[in-house]
Amino acid sequence: MQIRPILSTLSHHKLTAVLLTLQVAFTCAIVCNVVFMVANRINRISVPTGIAENELSAIVSVGIEKGENAQARHAADLAALRAIPGVKSAAATSYSLPLNQSEDSSGICPSKQALDRAIQLNSIEGSGCVQPSDYDGTPGLLGTLGLRLVEGRDFQPDEYVSTGKPAVAIVTRALAQHLYPGKQALGQSMYDGDNYIRVVGIVDTLLRPNLRQPGVDGDSLIWPKLPGDSYVTYVLRSAPQDRQRVLAAARDALLKANPNRVINPKSTQTYAQIRAAYFQRDTTMIGLLVASALGLLFVTALGIAGLANFWVQQRTRTIGIRRAIGATRGDILRYFQAENFLIVGAGVVVGVLLAIGLNLLLMTHYELPRLPLWYLPIGALVLWALGQLSVLSPALRAAAVPPVVATRSV
Amino acid sequence: MFGYYLDMAWRSLKRTPVLTGLMVLAIGLGIGASMTMLTVLHVMTDDPMPGRSAQLYTPHLDPLPLNHKQGGDSPDASANLTWPDAMALLQSHRATRQAAMAGGTLLVHPAQPGQQPFYVDGRYTTADFFTMFGVPFQRGGGWRATDDAASAHVVVLAASLARKLFGSADAVGRMVQLGDNDYRVLGVVDDWAPKPMFYADATAKHYSDADLFFLPLSVAVDKDLQLNGNQSSWSKEALGKHSGSMSWLQFWMQLDTSAQVSAYRQYLVDYSAQQKALGRFQRPPTNAKLYTLMGWLAHQNLVPNDVRLQLWLALGFLFVCMLNIVALLLAKFLRRGGEISVRRALGARQRDIFVQLGIESALIGMAGGALGVLIAQLGLWSIRQRPDDYAHLAQMDGAMLLGTLALAVVASVLAGLLPAWRACRVAPALQLKTM
Repeated sequence: MQIRPILSTLSHHKLTAVLLTLQVAFTCAIVCNVVFMVANRINRISVPTGIAENELSAIVSVGIEKGENAQARHAADLAALRAIPGVKSAAATSYSLPLNQSEDSSGICPSKQALDRAIQLNSIEGSGCVQPSDYDGTPGLLGTLGLRLVEGRDFQPDEYVSTGKPAVAIVTRALAQHLYPGKQALGQSMYDGDNYIRVVGIVDTLLRPNLRQPGVDGDSLIWPKLPGDSYVTYVLRSAPQDRQRVLAAARDALLKANPNRVINPKSTQTYAQIRAAYFQRDTTMIGLLVASALGLLFVTALGIAGLANFWVQQRTRTIGIRRAIGATRGDILRYFQAENFLIVGAGVVVGVLLAIGLNLLLMTHYELPRLPLWYLPIGALVLWALGQLSVLSPALRAAAVPPVVATRSV
Repeated sequence: MFGYYLDMAWRSLKRTPVLTGLMVLAIGLGIGASMTMLTVLHVMTDDPMPGRSAQLYTPHLDPLPLNHKQGGDSPDASANLTWPDAMALLQSHRATRQAAMAGGTLLVHPAQPGQQPFYVDGRYTTADFFTMFGVPFQRGGGWRATDDAASAHVVVLAASLARKLFGSADAVGRMVQLGDNDYRVLGVVDDWAPKPMFYADATAKHYSDADLFFLPLSVAVDKDLQLNGNQSSWSKEALGKHSGSMSWLQFWMQLDTSAQVSAYRQYLVDYSAQQKALGRFQRPPTNAKLYTLMGWLAHQNLVPNDVRLQLWLALGFLFVCMLNIVALLLAKFLRRGGEISVRRALGARQRDIFVQLGIESALIGMAGGALGVLIAQLGLWSIRQRPDDYAHLAQMDGAMLLGTLALAVVASVLAGLLPAWRACRVAPALQLKTM
């Protein structure tokens, strides 16, 4: 295959070739970054919460009876909920669940010295203290949520408090490592400014109600504290296929147990719905990004095919002459393929540089991480393949031009 | 001549239907994507109070202690006002109209048997709110400053809540139980919700929330009613709505002349200096600011980064589509060297050729624009199906519709410029010889 004649032909269509090259370059740059953004978002929305997501449902009840004993109410409600066929277990928590955006958070320190350091710095950063998300709940919360205890034990019945601060807590593995790096966290006493709190158990993962930064999203702490408010969230565990039925039955059971309450249908959800609501913007964005990447590739493929088609028509006579003087069909086919390869190749080289530039721009304006370099060769290969695919049909048409065309006037 | 060029353009486009279709499709996709996102941005950054926004201002004080550190995730503690500051501004009466306000949630107990109690969002505010914002009353009216002073148990309802509670009967004068107290209905307002809801605090859903009741702020403080906005405090001392170290109130005022505006700016600085002298404020008095309505919205930056990114993506898409069209038009026009040469030899000037080819590009733009409008409508429809706060607003108005067509034509004429210029410069003699 000779490159020279191709280059000399292209030099007659310099401007057109340059434009097509630019189009390929911009497509390559945008698509590489878009795919990277999609990968980031997918990464974000697939974060594990540590709970048995597809078996859980939650229902929020707000008691409106004056002077009601909230904890007695919760106990009676839980008994009614556990009696629903299909409910494997039930527990009450104040309002926090992973990714449900209702958060309670306060600072906690590995020791009193660390707290003094924090006061001195007037900042929690660099003091060793951290700000975990707080979870509370009735006995059985760990089992209902399906949390995996990796060290220590669950709370004992006498450790639960109705008011005030409990003396013990269970932390996540992430929080344990942040509080006591390189040390055994189980049995340590954390300090919150007033009390010492002993770590009696460590669970594998329990995500925060609101994500912050990837490094601290798993910093959660469970208190043996009974929900004490008329606003309460009941968590139900059932087989995945029973969730909708169980939720409907739970609503009826709660209203039957005491009608003096408000149950908002919007906060009667399966956990899957809570999770979907949290990442709804990301899923919208993923859809849009994928659509625009496909749109770009589509338009570029059309552009390549359209132009190649045009060139084939324009060069019919030339092709005929070449066939007449001995070029095979394969030669003609390969000629157009090689031409496309060169144009797309040039576009890809420029595109890779543009992709890096675009990524730098996005990094400064949209907190996007750095584009891993291995995206670039893959992007290049995809565009090359796309170019070859789009040029195939026009090139085959060119190869089918009979040599006799050369003898006719166009 | 124009009719003739149009005819020629039409014939030329018909000769290459596939290529023409490709160009129309490319410009349609690019324009459709861009206009979808431009429309979303347009409705999100629209003026919520056309005709009034230029006179509306919100003050900003800085009562935070010197050593206060703003947590990265928590909302700005000095974005709202404390009760003492809001009351001082309110009682100074230096603006034409002024009102302090905060969002709240209350349990409504319907009087009709069989109706379950339910929670509604509304606003605790002061008398000028209604006249200052031009809230449209269906019946009755707002309360007076004397009602604020007396903590009168009166309420203004939104039409939808009034209908839910009282059916088609006149609600004015009736009593309604909100939370633990009964209130007399003074007026019913049309369902009124500026988009964005500029006067709500940072936690509000600015594009979908609406106030269903309005209560005197003094009642909310007296009865310690539930708030639903940010309450940021910076002291361990006794908290509560009266506290001078907890911010939770928004404040808006109407200033009619620029003299009033500069006087108010000075007043805010003087007030801060006075508070600093009293030891309540620690930071420089010049931290006090006065925002215009649109300035405040820009400061709050309500448009999510994602939406901006989507717009840039759509514009990038349009750019690639335009490159595509330039290349295709160039190939198409250059191929017609023979025809152009004949026309030139018969006396057409370069300008005539240029205009002729320009009309051909514009024709593609018109068709692309029409397709773009369809695609944008489809895009906006799909956005409206999403549960995002702003999604239901994604509608194209007449101006945006015309803008779409104009953008398409401008884009395609621009795309046609370079090819047309190249094509009208072919040397006729050379081309004619080879024909």
